Amino acid sequence: MTDSTSTRASSASGSAVPMVFADGVSKSFGSNTVLKSISLEVQRGEVMCLVGPSGSGKSTFLRLINHLEVLSAGRLSVDGDLVGYRESNGKLYELQPKEAARQRRDIGMVFQKFNLFPHMTALQNVSEAPLRVKGEPRARVEERARALLDRVGLADRADYYPAHLSGGQQQRVAIARALAMEPKLMLFDEPTSALDPELVGEVLDVMKGLASDGMTMIVVTHEMGFAREVADSLVFMDGGVVVESGDPRELLGNPKHERTRAFLSKVL
Amino acid sequence: MSAANPQSAGRGTSPRGRAEIPDDADPKAIKAIKLRHPYRIVFAVLLVLTFVLFIIDAAQRPAYDWPTVGQYVFDRRITQAAFNTLLLTVYAMVIAIVLGVLLAVMRLSPNPVVKSVAWFYLWVFRGTPVYVQLVFWGLIAVIYQTIDIGIPFTEPWYSFSTQATLSTFVLAVIGLSLNEAAYMAEIVRAGLLSVDRGQEEAATALGMSWSQTMRRVILPQSMRVIIPPTGNEVISMLKTTSLVTAIPFGGELYTRSRDISAETFNPIPLLIVASIWYLFFTSILMVGQYFLEKRFSRGIGDRRPDKNSGAPAPTGTLSIAGVSQPTVLHATGDTGHGSGRRQKR
Repeated sequence: MTDSTSTRASSASGSAVPMVFADGVSKSFGSNTVLKSISLEVQRGEVMCLVGPSGSGKSTFLRLINHLEVLSAGRLSVDGDLVGYRESNGKLYELQPKEAARQRRDIGMVFQKFNLFPHMTALQNVSEAPLRVKGEPRARVEERARALLDRVGLADRADYYPAHLSGGQQQRVAIARALAMEPKLMLFDEPTSALDPELVGEVLDVMKGLASDGMTMIVVTHEMGFAREVADSLVFMDGGVVVESGDPRELLGNPKHERTRAFLSKVL
Repeated sequence: MSAANPQSAGRGTSPRGRAEIPDDADPKAIKAIKLRHPYRIVFAVLLVLTFVLFIIDAAQRPAYDWPTVGQYVFDRRITQAAFNTLLLTVYAMVIAIVLGVLLAVMRLSPNPVVKSVAWFYLWVFRGTPVYVQLVFWGLIAVIYQTIDIGIPFTEPWYSFSTQATLSTFVLAVIGLSLNEAAYMAEIVRAGLLSVDRGQEEAATALGMSWSQTMRRVILPQSMRVIIPPTGNEVISMLKTTSLVTAIPFGGELYTRSRDISAETFNPIPLLIVASIWYLFFTSILMVGQYFLEKRFSRGIGDRRPDKNSGAPAPTGTLSIAGVSQPTVLHATGDTGHGSGRRQKR
């Protein structure tokens, strides 16, 4: 598959700046602290899986990267740019909504509940953001949207409304929609958790294809098989902290930490 | 039950397990004697009889004075007043809807200043009777003789006389629409809140601005919830126009028919004439609402995907308040699993 994502990923791989850099990232809602000092790096072209029990802060961390939630403490940058802030003379300035939106353009996000726009067809869902946000000409956008739908195996479903697609198909449209903005980083928030078991595979296959094309991905998931097979690194989180991280095969096969072992014994 | 013919397997008419069906045969359709509802028929007959009696009686009763009704129903003064009533309704509602959407969006805005302005507007215009407001608008020329445009405490750039510029018709439209906007704002707000939060997040994550998200994603989806009560408001507005006599604007249907009956000393037939016109307009509005609801139930409810995209060709049901209703899926050859999106938060 020759797509812009693969060429860009390889051309940029020489750069030293990590795609995502988190240093002491914390997040609290009122007095409830959900993330405590998370520090990690995601390199270009790397696929990182975040696993852990529910409520461990994985999704919140993902949403911080996209600035859907506001950081409470620490530093978080994507491709060298601070998320949500501009720094000058050692002071942080909140970004204008317009600037924040510009940052999000380059970060694709896929949600657990798909969140497709129900009043638009699959093709319109995929075309909407390039048309409205980037202002690209319609002909080019639709051509690319069709190519993307073809890539996720839904070329014949372009004119279907989401309500007439299966869960797996909806999630694949959602992936195509995120890719339409030609992102440099893709965030997946439990993309298969809302799916019937027999539909999980088709979504994971699309994600595997993306990974092999060199897309940088952070995936919150409970699919340990996917993590073992596709991920370059695995991070186990519990209670808002990173308990353990490392090579997925090693971590899954030989967890060092007691909490990791307890969790894995339940899900494997 | 092994159905030899898969097409008939899912039909609701098939008996389930009860009747003995040979394995190789199609399940037979039920042939049963229908349950009878004798009292329904009795009630219906009684109602029809009562109604017919009322009609016969009304046709003969001199107070209704049907010849006068016939004489005035297409009278030039009446048709003109009916047109004015329609015009008032349309102008007032269009302004009210635009203003209402604006106020609703303002109330949901993250900006506290904008939010407070919208709240204050609602407090004033919803908190006082529309009749009182209309009387106030009628007195505007007494309160403000001129309207000046310019920097305060300096010579105005432009100044015009209120009395000369604002006709009673314009005042009526202003009075009705500003009041209605407050109610429309709440209807629109309810619609906006009915849209799943995930929609806003998805749009934001794609880099869409707040206003783009509202216009392209949230508002179109909220229409389904907004239209039915708005239809109510239009019909209600049609009738509220009779209050603009407080301004006083006398060109609308009710006031005009009262004026005519004041000359003829015969009020009842003219009330009937006015009612006929109100009912006529209401019926047209109801038809319009039906088509609007169909238009905005795109992608929701029982509807086949349109192959030639572009203009959708809606078929089937329209869902009115079904925010979380299950979706009816069509057999598209796939395992239908489309309703997962609509799971509650």
